[in-house]
Amino acid sequence: MTLVYIEQSDSGIDDLSLQALTFARSVAGPTATLTEAVTAEVLGDAALESLRRQGVSTLHVLRTADIDGYAPAALARGVAELAQQRAAAVVMAPSSDHGNEVMAHTAAILDQPLATDVLSLTLGAPATVARARWGGSLIEHAEVMGEPLLVTLAAHSVEVAEVSPAELAVLDFEVTLRPLDAVVVASKVQGEGSSSINLADAKVVVSGGRGVGSTEGFAVLEELADLLGGAVGCSRVVTSAGWRPHTDQVGQTGTKVAPDLYIACGISGATQHLAGCRTSKTMLVINNDPEASIMAHADYAIIGDLHTVLPAVVAEVRKAQSP
Amino acid sequence: MSALPSTAKAVIIGAGIVGNSMAYHLARLGWTNLVQIDKGPLPNPGGSTGHASNFIFPVDHSKEMAALTFDSVAQYKDLGVFTECGGIEVARTQERMQELQRRMTSAKSWGVGDVSIVSPAEVKELVPYIDESVIVGGFYTKGVGVVDSLRAGTLMREKAQEMGALTVGANVEVTGMTVEDGRIKTVHTNSGDIDTEYVVIACGVWSPHLAEMAGAKIPLTPAVHQMMDIGPTPRFADAKGDIEFPIVRDMDTNMYERQHGTGLEIGSYAHRPILYDPDDLPSVEEASLSPTEFPFTPDDFELQLEQSLELMPEIVGDETVGQKYAINGLLSLTPDGMPILGEAPEVQGLWSVAAVWIKEGPGIGRAVAEWMALGQSEIDLHASDIARFYDHQKTREHIKQRTAEGFNKTYGIVHPGEQWASNRGVRVSPYYSRQQELGAQFYEAVGWERPQWYSSNESLLTEYGDRVMPRPAEWESRWWSPIINAEHLAMRDRAGIVDLTAFAVFDVVGPGALDALQQIALRQMDVNVGKVVYTPVLGANGGFKSDLTIMRLGDEQFRVVTGGAHGMADKKWFADRMPADGSAVLTDLTSALTTIGIWGPRARDIVSTLTSADVSHDGFGFGTCRRVEMGPLEVLASRISYVGELGWELYVPMEQGARLWDLLWEAATPHGAVPVGIGVYGTTGRLEKGYRAYGAELESEFTVVEAGMSPPKVKSADFIGKEAYLRHRDEDPAAILCTLTVEDHQGPGGQLRYMMGGEPIVAKDGSSLIDSHGRRSYVTSAGSGPSVGKHLLMSYLPSEQAVVGGELMVEYLGHTYPVTVATVGAQPLFDPKNERILS
Amino acid sequence: MDILVCVKRVPMSGGRFVLTEDGRDIETKRLGFTISPHEECAVEEAVRLVEANGGTVTVLALGVSESAEQIREQMAIGADRGIVLETDGAEWDPQATADAIASAVQRDETFFDLVMFGNESADSSGYQVGIRVAHQLGLPVVAGLKSVSVTDGVVRAERPAGTGKEVFEVPLPAVVTVREGLNLPRYPSVPGRIRAKKKPIVVHEVSRPPARLNKVRLELPADQGKRVEILGHGVEAAPEVVGMFRKIGVIS
Repeated sequence: MTLVYIEQSDSGIDDLSLQALTFARSVAGPTATLTEAVTAEVLGDAALESLRRQGVSTLHVLRTADIDGYAPAALARGVAELAQQRAAAVVMAPSSDHGNEVMAHTAAILDQPLATDVLSLTLGAPATVARARWGGSLIEHAEVMGEPLLVTLAAHSVEVAEVSPAELAVLDFEVTLRPLDAVVVASKVQGEGSSSINLADAKVVVSGGRGVGSTEGFAVLEELADLLGGAVGCSRVVTSAGWRPHTDQVGQTGTKVAPDLYIACGISGATQHLAGCRTSKTMLVINNDPEASIMAHADYAIIGDLHTVLPAVVAEVRKAQSP
Repeated sequence: MSALPSTAKAVIIGAGIVGNSMAYHLARLGWTNLVQIDKGPLPNPGGSTGHASNFIFPVDHSKEMAALTFDSVAQYKDLGVFTECGGIEVARTQERMQELQRRMTSAKSWGVGDVSIVSPAEVKELVPYIDESVIVGGFYTKGVGVVDSLRAGTLMREKAQEMGALTVGANVEVTGMTVEDGRIKTVHTNSGDIDTEYVVIACGVWSPHLAEMAGAKIPLTPAVHQMMDIGPTPRFADAKGDIEFPIVRDMDTNMYERQHGTGLEIGSYAHRPILYDPDDLPSVEEASLSPTEFPFTPDDFELQLEQSLELMPEIVGDETVGQKYAINGLLSLTPDGMPILGEAPEVQGLWSVAAVWIKEGPGIGRAVAEWMALGQSEIDLHASDIARFYDHQKTREHIKQRTAEGFNKTYGIVHPGEQWASNRGVRVSPYYSRQQELGAQFYEAVGWERPQWYSSNESLLTEYGDRVMPRPAEWESRWWSPIINAEHLAMRDRAGIVDLTAFAVFDVVGPGALDALQQIALRQMDVNVGKVVYTPVLGANGGFKSDLTIMRLGDEQFRVVTGGAHGMADKKWFADRMPADGSAVLTDLTSALTTIGIWGPRARDIVSTLTSADVSHDGFGFGTCRRVEMGPLEVLASRISYVGELGWELYVPMEQGARLWDLLWEAATPHGAVPVGIGVYGTTGRLEKGYRAYGAELESEFTVVEAGMSPPKVKSADFIGKEAYLRHRDEDPAAILCTLTVEDHQGPGGQLRYMMGGEPIVAKDGSSLIDSHGRRSYVTSAGSGPSVGKHLLMSYLPSEQAVVGGELMVEYLGHTYPVTVATVGAQPLFDPKNERILS
Repeated sequence: MDILVCVKRVPMSGGRFVLTEDGRDIETKRLGFTISPHEECAVEEAVRLVEANGGTVTVLALGVSESAEQIREQMAIGADRGIVLETDGAEWDPQATADAIASAVQRDETFFDLVMFGNESADSSGYQVGIRVAHQLGLPVVAGLKSVSVTDGVVRAERPAGTGKEVFEVPLPAVVTVREGLNLPRYPSVPGRIRAKKKPIVVHEVSRPPARLNKVRLELPADQGKRVEILGHGVEAAPEVVGMFRKIGVIS
């Protein structure tokens, strides 16, 4: 049985969790293993329906006594106990902040190896994985000698697919906590409801690198992002220079994005930046240098100076959008 | 980016400062169908130009480098990319202060103005953030500046494109080259093949790699020099431009510090030599910065941190000033420190413009373009000529050892006579062990170990006493010995035996040999068999390419003998001018023959005991050669003399050299002959006789007339440079080469000082002597003249100053010494009627 | 307060990786080395905390002896002492790494109030060493932090979550893992570098236990086979771009 740790989003199960559930089915081998899910949250109908369409047979809801809020160690305690009770062969989570964290705790509790950012998993003796290094710029093939196998799935490496809905049992699971498990609990603070789109979820990202030249240079990128309903991103060079805050940084140590459209302006394409945007559906590059590294990952390109090209694009978009 | 053509007149590989400059100057000289490619992107392909510190100090001890730098600065200024900021070379030691005086001397000789020796307080005024208590003085050059070499290169390249002469391809990598019949034919790239007449390799550190594709060698190595940027610093907070304060070269620590916008750049040539193989270089994609910016190795900069902190504590010691950027930057080093320019001897049409620094880039671009397009450059490039290298000097080992040794001398105090310590003992005479037994002090010339003097001659010092003109000051007695002068005197009294193995010797043989040599030599070559002709070799402009000796050994056989130092360049000059139909063929005999010279009043006495041939004056006239038997050896004897004495050069096959040496000594010892080194042969002997040396007195800048070497008649046969030469004969020369004697050697503190060459000759009021062509008078050669009892200087003087008895001054290490014009033109000072030679 | 920051020596990535002949490692002979960006922020934060509260910063690295180079860099910005757990160069999996670090912490004469890690290393990115070490030491751990402050023995830590943030308050001693963006690390000054040379680094040799997550080989991801379509040069390309936007549905 594959046990998948999942989380909710506003509209149901969050995208990365759905990817994990899709992946879980592919791991199931000839022994027709089941998928069970575990969560700490109370799920709504839409979420439960999603789980059915993902072929989940059982949903375990962790009960962690008086803990009010996200508590990774407590959740992991639950996942670990559950995995042992249910004899899970594989325990997995998406490679999200929470996913990696909960799995790391689980691995520590079970004293088993954990392979994160996995791209593929093959059961066997030993099991093998392909996993992402350097944010995906390099692939590692490794053997995993663990039981159960613990993995997190690299984000956006799998397309979500549904199956005909199955019967879903929902069970509560009371977690036996140790004192240390309850020490780290998050209190959630809501965002100020800002109008700007969240970079990680944006469908369009207009991103700038060294070529933009200054803080002021980003004004035209902001303009274009606004028009397209997207967010502004930037490379690490830009944040190091202080032109944009780190929250705008796209890259291995910044935010990883998977928008429908990623527009890279004046970005050469260092591996750590590509780690953050390689999963974009479509990439448009605006650059003076037709041989910049980033071109190998681009679908479309404009060869030219972004300082003249972008205003022209903005003007054309305005024209196209005017009634 | 236009598509690349499939044919071109010239393909220029490299878009750094040099490649761009070449493209522009070739276009300017009328060449079209030029193609320029670089494997990197434009405008910054990732070579050394892209990260170099871009500052230019115009003063150099080398005349050639100073001229190229001067021209480059003028070009940078024309392009509007030169920012003058001034530069100061500071001294931490007194020894360095003397060296700074030498800089003043060179500045004056080459005409760099606005230079001065400054005190620590004056340095502090110019560079307020320096701790002046750490220094003892400085050498300030106002004209030092920084350039935007990337922009300069881009502008030059674009000009060539505007002229319609140039197609440019970025991200084009050369994958191979095809050579046919010894000539370049095709350049193969990842964007197609180009058939071309010429290939110019301007690839910086990649040049050897490219040359190898065509089967040629460019002997340079990529090497590191470290650079660090710290900032921003309050001192430069209001910086409006890149640099507003003078650049400081901390000579004794081999470092420099300069403002760089709001920060300070610290560079070092002080670390251990870190050399790379051209194959070690990463590609453009792999490199995190660029292929010539290697990761910084902090251990190698440890001492430099402390030293820069000592010198500029205000900035470097500021805790709030952070280190933002530090690299091991790559540049090109060559075994002798000079660039590598010209057509590769191995492949016709393949031109090298490699190992060039920013400060001479445009000047070299112009000079080499002139060389290619016009056959001759305005600035004489003999010290940078690629043809100068002998085979052993192109080996990895030689390059590695010499560049490593040379690297830490970048800001060093290098004595003009200083010898290399590494990679010695590569070429030795067949009688080397005999010389060792005689206590030879070996100096190296193009790999040959030649005795400079022999310590077994020490006893001569007592014999000659003060006539050996001892030198009390440490500086000019370094790499010198009074024994040299003692040998000179003994040779002129009795006889001396000289090792001349380092001669470059080649035969020109065939029915077309005479015609070929007539074209090359100024003098008449259609002489009797057995005649020895000493002749200048001119370039098209009538200036000197060489001067050498040619023996007619047969109707169709001539033997050319030239000094080892320029031997390979001379060989290429001749080889390039052999007839295409093969009716004359050049054969290099340098390693096949060895030569020993014997000269002095007793020379005939000695030689006559060794051979039954008639060696009397009538039987064996001066300026002739013939084969004679000496013992079991057949010797080619040539009666000429570069030391101005009766005697012969004796040539035998290399393997018989030791025997000849022993034979000579057996005969010579009873006559009191002494072994004589190059200290005599290269300097003292010839100075007394007014004999010129190529590379010192003879350069392309000076005419035969100015050098005082014009024979009365001009041969009717045509030769290279004849037209110009005839013109020069008709005109009044702007300058004339003279020999001067130093009248009073008393320097500061009463110590006697002796000049070594390169010093300016000035009027009694101290003003520079400049001829009508703008050339300044400077000492081309200096040395002892023991037989005349004077220290001798050779210098071109403006015609109006070239008067026997004229009183002038020589400026040496900050003081002037009175000199007198002793002879004008080639008139010898010693034995003016040449009685000795003709005895 | 006494803080321990754990770092890892990793190659500086540039444009493209080159693998060794046997495909097991990255070819590093032309590369420089550094520590992961998250770790740089961890060290900077530790130095700031100690500047404010007094105490010491110790930097620990498990890796080859040259890791001392990276520790010296951190000393140049203010770290006080260093520990190298010297390996023979073979890769260590996260469990083995965490075991060795936990043992080193327990053995050390200093009692650390705070143990800091980067959230994940730049190269192998396991996301787990810090958490495992915390379990071994019996300490609470908060991960992925973008803000850390300490008042009266309590760490207040924050990290983004969706459009808002998660806030934690945890008593010392504790373990935290942090992310780039936590602060803007300072550049070392020359006096800082000079002082760093004299600070102590202690070296303990460690031997690698059998791996339970065992790297077999590396592989460069396949070229996505993308052939970039050039929509045009300069401003003339603008209408083409808008056409493409329409095609992919970004504008109607």
